[in-house]
Amino acid sequence: MQIDLIQEARRQAEICNACRYCEGYCSVFPALHRERVFADGDITQLANLCHNCRGCYYACQYTAPHEFDLNLPKALAEVRQDSWKAYAWPAGLAKLFDRSGVAIAVGLVLGFALLFLLAQALRPESGKGFYAYMSHSLMVAVFTPAFLLPLAAIALSLRSYWQSVGGGRLTLGDVWSATRSAGRMKNLEGGHGDGCNFEDEDRFSQARRHFHQATLYGFLMCFASTSSGTVLHYGFGLEAPYGLFSLPKLFGVPGGVLLCLGTAGLAWLKTRADPNLGAPAAWGGEMAFVLLLFFVSLSGLLLYAATGTVAAGLLLPLHLGAVLTFFLLTPYSKMAHGFFRMTAMAREAMLAREARKQ
Amino acid sequence: MTDSFDIAVIGGGNAALCAAITAAEAGARVLILEAAPKPYRGGNSRHTRNFRCMHSRPLGPLTDSYSEQEYFDDLIKVTGGKTNENLARLAIRGSEECLPWMEERGVRFQPSLSGTLSLSRTNAFFLGGGKGLVNAYYRTAAALGIEVRYEAPVTHLDVEDGKINGIEFTQNGTTHRVSPKAVVVASGGFQADTDWLARAWGPAAKNFLIRGTPYNRGVVLADLLEQGVEQVGDPTQCHAVAIDGRAPKFDGGIVTRLDCVPFSIVVNKDAERFYDEGEDVWPKRYAIWGRLVAAQPEQVGYVIIDAKSLELFMPSVFPPIKADTLEDLAGKLNLPADRLCATVEEFNAACGDTSAFHPTELDSVATSGLTPPKTNWARPITEAPFYGYTLRTGVTFTYLGLKVNENAQCSIGNRPMSNLWAAGETMAGSILGQGYLAGFGMTIGTVFGRIAGREAVAHAN
Ligand SMILES: Cc1cc2nc3c(=O)[nH]c(=O)nc-3n(C[C@H](O)[C@H](O)[C@H](O)COP(=O)(O)OP(=O)(O)OC[C@H]3O[C@@H](n4cnc5c(N)ncnc54)[C@H](O)[C@@H]3O)c2cc1C
Ligand code: SF4
Ligand code: SF4
Repeated sequence: MQIDLIQEARRQAEICNACRYCEGYCSVFPALHRERVFADGDITQLANLCHNCRGCYYACQYTAPHEFDLNLPKALAEVRQDSWKAYAWPAGLAKLFDRSGVAIAVGLVLGFALLFLLAQALRPESGKGFYAYMSHSLMVAVFTPAFLLPLAAIALSLRSYWQSVGGGRLTLGDVWSATRSAGRMKNLEGGHGDGCNFEDEDRFSQARRHFHQATLYGFLMCFASTSSGTVLHYGFGLEAPYGLFSLPKLFGVPGGVLLCLGTAGLAWLKTRADPNLGAPAAWGGEMAFVLLLFFVSLSGLLLYAATGTVAAGLLLPLHLGAVLTFFLLTPYSKMAHGFFRMTAMAREAMLAREARKQ
Repeated sequence: MTDSFDIAVIGGGNAALCAAITAAEAGARVLILEAAPKPYRGGNSRHTRNFRCMHSRPLGPLTDSYSEQEYFDDLIKVTGGKTNENLARLAIRGSEECLPWMEERGVRFQPSLSGTLSLSRTNAFFLGGGKGLVNAYYRTAAALGIEVRYEAPVTHLDVEDGKINGIEFTQNGTTHRVSPKAVVVASGGFQADTDWLARAWGPAAKNFLIRGTPYNRGVVLADLLEQGVEQVGDPTQCHAVAIDGRAPKFDGGIVTRLDCVPFSIVVNKDAERFYDEGEDVWPKRYAIWGRLVAAQPEQVGYVIIDAKSLELFMPSVFPPIKADTLEDLAGKLNLPADRLCATVEEFNAACGDTSAFHPTELDSVATSGLTPPKTNWARPITEAPFYGYTLRTGVTFTYLGLKVNENAQCSIGNRPMSNLWAAGETMAGSILGQGYLAGFGMTIGTVFGRIAGREAVAHAN
């Protein structure tokens, strides 16, 4: 990891530790106030606990032009971004995090779409709905590894992360506690329930939390839609296309709408927020990721709407290309944040549990 | 813009904002003139962390209860009786309804900070500290249509026939004049004008650090006093504490605080001790060390501790100077090494049984036969590495101010002025003649800011 980024975050953390005025905003501060000296791993852990809500920036009496030059959201964002790169597996792909995010995403989507179009040349003789364009077995052959390999890569990254922040034994309870807090986006409430400071300087708003929640739950519902489709397919021999009142559709349609709205909202907020309170170099990549998710959900909904029309023939490869891109980029894009954050929160839960035992 | 405002509020800190919001909510057109640029708006209020609040049952973040009498007794203890009882009780009684009032205007509270548990019953902590509070008030002010001018220091008020006829302020290099119906002064003390401090204190004051805003230079205060507006307190009274000598000249704020004195010996630049470091628990002795250090040559002190005490106090912003031997430490601190070693040796020899040592209570682990003695927490300084901090006097605020009555109204020639009110630091001397109770500054500003706003609007309407 980059020592200068860690050193800058450490400098600021030491000032916060002498001040403590922000203690109630989020879980970063209680974790910070527990230490007296900060090892590199401590700083990395703090960075991954931070949600970049910016409450502590706007409330800080030491921001520039003050000579202490506090900008904790930025310092932690830089370390966080760097930590994802440092622990990415395989290391060579970590470069994907950087800058040209939009170009990578567009290129990949188009590239995969082209492949799928070619695959249509081998179009099945029979098959209904999507499978009229592409056989089920081809989809499975492509998406199973495209789903499992990135997950394996993430697992290896998290293992390196865990070792670097100090290791220890997690229990199911710790993971559950982290899951609960993520599900409510507790920390995005800002400690007082008014939300975070993002799109309009020091005004507290729930916008980011709500859009983020729509994105998360939309995503999970889309995921549930695909999973239930798989179960229906293999477990019950029920093949797509499914009717409106089938599980895949009941999850998929509202999930797609939520994901669409959530990502559109997040992208819009991102254009309003001060980039200098995040990691400026990561802005493009993060934006690309949000737009990619937006495109996944939009193309999915359009595809559903276009069932039975000629447009479906073109939309299907585009949608699948986007999904494939999304899966493959997961360990090397903003998507990684979810996994790292969960790990960091589980670690906090573990430390809190150990502290209670003493 | 000359006459389009009913009320002008001078200053942009807590007291000013409370007055402006109160007046605007009652329908007045209000102008705030703030000397600082926007990033530094909010004066000393942006450095605060809590306010002291009376309450008869658990209230917001506050536990248990804190009665008027107990509050008043606490005040009397620290001011040695130099207190205007009537106004003090007004502030105390008013504090209870402030908490919900503040919440309704966007201020958010948090549980007592780690390391300050002893205050969880008496002091309500602002989430994000004073700057969070100030931000919330500026948002509220904007929603009420209050006009705020930044970098608009007031230079002069026309006093005529017991009344303010006009205000002069500069902005963008030109002088402007406004003639509102009523004026609230909430521009703090004069501590940032070190020349003035030096006139009152002697040249030693040039070496003082100012813990808060550089914009409280007392310009309005001096201007009004010169024109005969009634004064309270004298310029030699100020609240000063001992802070890390490496702190910036202005605006170092809370993080420059050092809590290690009780576990140390403190020497002057000749490496001589000069006061009982263990006289009482630190919060109670915090404020006298400002003056003690101010009385030493070059207004500097040096805290010396050893390894066993390093983790007994809250970390501060600058790491201590560290050395493996006392000689080296003396070298790094620019102290005479032989003198320092002799002082430490003498101190160590005077230490006795330390088995009763208790870092958070008066433990009577004392020296014997030493002058000055150390009456608690006296453990020999023996374990390397050794650590040192420099100490300087850090001025929090000054007491010289405008004398007000229970309506926050200023007076001239023993008669109330018809359209001038004052709130906050600039009139706090009307309540406390000396000493200070943690969290009372913000209470005075909030209570009297609201009173001033209310009275000013009654006059303007
Ligand atoms: C480091 C520190 C920590 C503190 N912590 C606490 C605490 O936790 N609790 C507590 O109760 N008290 C605390 N205090 C004391 C507290 O800050 C003051 O009592 C309180 O803020 C006073 O509020 P005020 O509005 O009167 O003055 P200020 O907040 O200082 O506001 C004065 C305003 O007037 C402006 N001004 C000055 N001159 C002019 C001019 N000529 N024209 C226009 N504007 C002008 C300034 O820019 C400023 O905005 C602390 C003080 C310091 C320095
Ligand atoms: S961000 Fe600023 S106000 Fe908040 S704890 Fe750190 S130093 Fe204090
Ligand atoms: S930006 Fe928000 S989440 Fe991050 S440290 Fe500051 S208050 Fe906590």
